[in-house]
Amino acid sequence: MSASLVDSQASESIRSPLAEFWRRFRHKYVALGAGCLLLALLVAALAAPLIAPYGPATPDYDAVLEGPSWVHWCGTDAFGRDVFSRIIWGGRISLTIGFLSVALGGAVGMLIGLIGGFVGGWIDGLLMRVMDVLLAFPGIVAAIAVVAILGPGIDNVIYAIAVFSVPVFARLARGTTMVLKQTVYVQAARSIGVRPILLMLRHILPGTMPSAIVYASLRLGSSILTAASLSFIGLGARPPSPEWGAMLADGRDYLGVADHITLFPGIAIFITVLAFNLLGDGLRDALDQKLR
Amino acid sequence: MLTYLLKRLASTIPVLVAVSIFVFGFVHALPGDPARLVAGPDAGPQDIAAVRAEMGLDLPLWEQYGLWLNNAVHLRFGKSIRTQEPVSTVVAQRFMPTLWLTLVSLAWSMTAGIALGVLSGVRRGKWEDQASMVAAISGVSMPSFWLGLLLISLFSVRLGWFPTGGYDSWRSFVMPAFVLGLGVAAVMARFTRSAFIEVSAEDYVRTARMKGAPERRVIWHHTLRNALIPVITLTGLQFGFLLGGSIVVETVFAWPGLGRLLVDSVSLRDYPVIQAEIMLFSTEFVLINLVVDLLYAAVNPEIRLR
Repeated sequence: MSASLVDSQASESIRSPLAEFWRRFRHKYVALGAGCLLLALLVAALAAPLIAPYGPATPDYDAVLEGPSWVHWCGTDAFGRDVFSRIIWGGRISLTIGFLSVALGGAVGMLIGLIGGFVGGWIDGLLMRVMDVLLAFPGIVAAIAVVAILGPGIDNVIYAIAVFSVPVFARLARGTTMVLKQTVYVQAARSIGVRPILLMLRHILPGTMPSAIVYASLRLGSSILTAASLSFIGLGARPPSPEWGAMLADGRDYLGVADHITLFPGIAIFITVLAFNLLGDGLRDALDQKLR
Repeated sequence: MLTYLLKRLASTIPVLVAVSIFVFGFVHALPGDPARLVAGPDAGPQDIAAVRAEMGLDLPLWEQYGLWLNNAVHLRFGKSIRTQEPVSTVVAQRFMPTLWLTLVSLAWSMTAGIALGVLSGVRRGKWEDQASMVAAISGVSMPSFWLGLLLISLFSVRLGWFPTGGYDSWRSFVMPAFVLGLGVAAVMARFTRSAFIEVSAEDYVRTARMKGAPERRVIWHHTLRNALIPVITLTGLQFGFLLGGSIVVETVFAWPGLGRLLVDSVSLRDYPVIQAEIMLFSTEFVLINLVVDLLYAAVNPEIRLR
């Protein structure tokens, strides 16, 4: 009760944060368009059995390596499988890897950052040194190291990408937490005896969300890109899988003969990653006043 | 400056030690017995015992780590399981191709990225700015291996201008270096633009204009010089990105470098090579960032005095 009173005095306007965000975001037409596109991709991936004209693994040996046509919009691959259908099915895999790895890495990273920033002292020092070590591995090298230990496969790719999402989320959350810890409303809540754990979760965590959401959107794009790269070099999803990177690895053998096998899955990756980046840029403009 | 140098050096050591513990522990985290792995599938129990003693696997863990670290510092990482050659020889053969590829990519992408960023900053809001920024965000989102495959299909298979892969003449550099540098050029352009715009709003830029300095001088002397200071920091991070990116690009273009060696070693479970490579990549990355921080402190006194 008293905390929310201080809250509304501290903020400049009386609009709810969501309304304030929408007021600034609704004119970002590019980001809005990207968001709608991503929503469409998500729906298509979820409804793959209904939308995809063919099964992802249904071979048709009478229609091998055919170019794009009205029957097969993106052509067929070396087994006569419909490339367009495989891309839709593959969207499930790529989006799942993206969302799960960012959610996992984000949750762990935010927790570490919150604790480090809130508690301070040697615990903070230790946590941040561990984050430094994680940052000492260039992203995909860390992912390859994790895959080398756990073995290839989609689950392990999710862990691998999550691991190197952790440090940046941790640093973002820690930075904001250290600032918010000193604000009047948190001090006030502390002075009336709010328990530290509640202080962290109810009063500080919401304040760390804007920068985390912006980073998560950008991170989703790069996670999908990394997952596709891992599959492409044979350390992620394996070839029969319609994962987009694995499809590209398949198409590699038919370069110059059947370029469409390579062309279309790559367009899918490119557009998805681009949309996440555009959305992230728009969100940053609308949510995060510090960054531009 | 000396204090800063020592402080920064000292902060590097724990990171490297932790990385080495990770790389050392990595083989022990693997399912299965490392000695059995090294001895090969046909080895009997005696062979395995011999390998275990040779590798020191019967010692306590911290002693093994000490031995391993001592060897690692002297660049002794054992033998490659696949070729039976010393790991240091295998890695050394692959070092130069990757270094050259990375340097060529860094050189063109920095030049192009900074140039585009300045162009955008100067012509802010005009079509040049918008075109550059569309190009930049597309470059960031581009899957490098896909672009590589398309380029191979067009310029190698159809037109025959450049080889599909390999490492012989300048021709074989063109496509891999372009693909590898594209993402970096894009990030550089975006970053330079925002740094440029930020500096343009500074009082000293206004003062320079006010006292009648020609626009060219305001841009090159007053704005760009200061805008490039944060760009130095970014370069270090981008170098790490290039090292990582080279893994994928080398696979596309059959480049005989460290990246492809790492991928091959992971698929063939050649653990000594993997250990050496991850240690090498991380050490390079940490050292480059150290150098970058020192450079940054050298040009920006605010940092070293803090």
